[in-house]
Amino acid sequence: MFETANPETLRQIGRSPARHDAEDKITGAAVYVSDMAFPGMLHAQVKKSPHARAKIQRIDVSRAARLPGVRAILIGADLDYRLGLYVVDKDILAKSEVRHFGEAVAAVAADTLILARQAVDLIEVEYEVLPPILNHMDALAPGAPLVHPDLGKYDYVQAVFSPQPGTNIANLTRCRKGDVEKGFAEATWIVEREYTNPSVQHVPMETHVVIAQWKTGDRVEIWTSAQSPFTVRDLFCHAFKLPPSNVHVSIPNVGGGFGGKAGIHLEPLVACLSRKAGGRPVKLQATREEEFSLLPCRSALTYRIKTGVLADGRIIAQKMEMFWDAGAYADYAVNVTRASGYSAGGPYEIPNAWVDAYTVYTNKPYGTAYRGFGHVEFFWGLERHMELVAQTIGMDPLEFRRKNLLRPGSLTLTGEKITEHTGDVRKCLDAVAASIRYGELTPEEKAREARAGLKIGKGVATLHKAPAMPSNTATSVVVKMNSDGSVLVNVGLTEIGQGSTTALAQIAAERLRFPLNKVRVTIEKDTDRDPYDWQTVASKGLILTGNALLLACQDLLAKAYELAGQALRAQACDLDHDGEKIFVRHNPDHSVKFSQVALGYMFPDGNGIGGPLIGVGRYIAQGLTNLNKETGQGLPALDWTYGAHGIVVEVNPTTGEHHILKIASAYDVGKAVNPELIRGQCIGGMVQGLGTALCEGYIYDEQGRLLNPSFTDNKIPTTKDLPDEIECIIVERAQVDGPYGARGVGEHPMISVAPALGNAIRAATGAELTHMPIRSEDVWRAMNRKEPVETWITKTPVGSCKTLPVGK
Amino acid sequence: MKISVTINGALYEREAPENVTLLRFLREYVGLTGTKEGCGGGECGACTVLLDGRAVNACLILAAEVDGASLRTIEGEAQDGEPSDLQKAFARRHAVQCGYCTPGMVMSARALIERNPKPSVDEIKEGLEGNFCRCTGYVQIIEAVLEATGQPATIQEGSHV
Repeated sequence: MFETANPETLRQIGRSPARHDAEDKITGAAVYVSDMAFPGMLHAQVKKSPHARAKIQRIDVSRAARLPGVRAILIGADLDYRLGLYVVDKDILAKSEVRHFGEAVAAVAADTLILARQAVDLIEVEYEVLPPILNHMDALAPGAPLVHPDLGKYDYVQAVFSPQPGTNIANLTRCRKGDVEKGFAEATWIVEREYTNPSVQHVPMETHVVIAQWKTGDRVEIWTSAQSPFTVRDLFCHAFKLPPSNVHVSIPNVGGGFGGKAGIHLEPLVACLSRKAGGRPVKLQATREEEFSLLPCRSALTYRIKTGVLADGRIIAQKMEMFWDAGAYADYAVNVTRASGYSAGGPYEIPNAWVDAYTVYTNKPYGTAYRGFGHVEFFWGLERHMELVAQTIGMDPLEFRRKNLLRPGSLTLTGEKITEHTGDVRKCLDAVAASIRYGELTPEEKAREARAGLKIGKGVATLHKAPAMPSNTATSVVVKMNSDGSVLVNVGLTEIGQGSTTALAQIAAERLRFPLNKVRVTIEKDTDRDPYDWQTVASKGLILTGNALLLACQDLLAKAYELAGQALRAQACDLDHDGEKIFVRHNPDHSVKFSQVALGYMFPDGNGIGGPLIGVGRYIAQGLTNLNKETGQGLPALDWTYGAHGIVVEVNPTTGEHHILKIASAYDVGKAVNPELIRGQCIGGMVQGLGTALCEGYIYDEQGRLLNPSFTDNKIPTTKDLPDEIECIIVERAQVDGPYGARGVGEHPMISVAPALGNAIRAATGAELTHMPIRSEDVWRAMNRKEPVETWITKTPVGSCKTLPVGK
Repeated sequence: MKISVTINGALYEREAPENVTLLRFLREYVGLTGTKEGCGGGECGACTVLLDGRAVNACLILAAEVDGASLRTIEGEAQDGEPSDLQKAFARRHAVQCGYCTPGMVMSARALIERNPKPSVDEIKEGLEGNFCRCTGYVQIIEAVLEATGQPATIQEGSHV
């Protein structure tokens, strides 16, 4: 639909100009909320629970209140507002009970940060400590204590979610396709296993930070490091019953989000502190430690898969059970459950499928969106499982995958028909297999093995993901022409580092046929001045905002042509334009410059016509439906981005230490708007995926206290952790309804890195890994057939802990 | 106490408590906010500045300790409104995404280049090991340092199929 991508005529799309936000970021001029201050601004601090589950018996703030310079103190009883994206289950400050370690129980605003810290230390809280429910599988047991006994009384989005009152189940998503029992009856082989991974922290380099000012008349100003200004505004208004016109949200540069800054987080608390402090602006920035447990993380997952395969290697049936650890609040975890539930089978054709995906409350820091929205977690199990199935039936894992991949005409789990335009997962898989020379060891690799006494193995894994978003997700764009004929583009999509500002500028320049230096897309976002966009999440920005931008450019040109037609006494249909002027096609010298019509045209005698040129475009996800709650059937996917990774790994067969020699990644991006931006997403996402694969994860003691909320104890990858060789491969099967054929690839590079590594380690050593991350000791354990680490709840902070039988 | 320090060639004198870190001193007492706080515990490198030519974490040093010293921060890297070759290479090579680690990363790279004008890829990895970046996966940053030091810059393949 939107502008065919004829490579002959494209002038901006497919090039890699420098990012438009780079100059301010390399010089330190770029302003983030953490850099901002206002006259009279107070500093906030939070009193946090040291217990995972406890009744609050008494809170005494009197000593804190007597400290000079303390301007506001709040406890849960002061605030009668409840928050929740989908299930409204969270108080701004814990009221009678704390549900996770690190939960906020009181907050202070004071003249200085030091004073606020002192005041928080002076607040006394008496708790009655209760035994916590930490393991999400234990929380499912009949008679387990309830994290939310009032679940049945909470508001929730009824069209989409299904909480189960009287249990710890915040949501159950079902998907049914065909007849899974009949399929198993026809199967020659049935393979069943369980795969697990712990909670993980996003680690944006800028922690969550908010400045809020609650002014008279319930008018609220919010400056926040968030992904989605309009969602912050609208959820804030919902919680406080305020009209949107009362609340103004501004977002300058954002120091990383990765999903952790989607939705709404510290904004309501900080605004309430400001109100209590008489309307002075209040700033709260999470410490790095608070980022781990006051703010949310990525959910842990237990994924059980049972696969039935026919004699010829085709999958005939698959039963999938997902158990997502929501932690103490439902937040995004219920929607991660939904989106993962309908994607759970991966890019494979499964004629008979059965999915039950549970979101389970526990007494741990709660889960939220994280790059990949569940797919990083469940693809760990799914793509390890495909490997195991292939081994079991004696087929090469690559061949087994190729045999079962979706193809045009295939139906997804929800009944959506795959077409030739959906994207080419086969080409991605073949490209990475060729890149790593799958299935053989080169002479150099053999020599290396012999020389070092190490084992080299190769593995592949596929991935897919569609944007997880409401069926009516909408966006809008305004393109304003400046007096010199250049344009300024306003979008509600936030620049969180992904580079959308630059890609959108290229799209506008291409559509307008302007040089790139005549297009500027604003970086700072402002709900009062920018047009609506739902959220900056889900890898949906390029398609939705890109399309709205094309329509806005079209609108601007139509208005410019109309005005030029009057100025030139020509019909609009006879006009054409270049980067400078609009001219009569059959008489090109008869022209008017954009700068002459930008603010309205003036005839030689001084008469003015028209007025400033502004183009408006809006776009909404089309053709999507809610899913049937019993069968999961419906159309949830705006588009699918496919991809694959291939990994060559070297493993020490004695110690389990391993090192990645090469990783090749391929994604079908539809059309590469800016290849270097894509390469940045591919490598950045892949390395973040390596963090998940190699070392990251929350470790708790048996009381539910988080033991590793720091970079010393929760490592993330550094320059020294890079694979020796990295290849990023771009596949371009155009998205028919994408701008110039493009589709999103922001989240996808993080997905399936871990199973590709697990599969390569299996190929090298035979180690069957079912838990990630894959640390050296995990490989050693698997090689020696020791029981795997079942959860990351430990008596000692070393990660070795209680185990359960394998393969139940 | 009174603290006098030369920052990017200019002398600053400020009254500040003894317990103020150099990071807070720069950001709150001098008003140079280009230097970022990522962890406050010396783990992430976002607050890297050059103290007498040496890359240090400003969050681990008290302002009182640098009394009389000479510092360089990200704000001193561009000259007369013109970004340095190192900064330009960061922009050209897409070595920037969210940008929050960038000032510290540029300063670590600056310190590296000054002691080793033609660092190898391994030496660059070593030199930037203390600077976390959660966005880029580091490759384009390493390439930027190679380019800024006049070396072939593309170290990892990209391709269309």
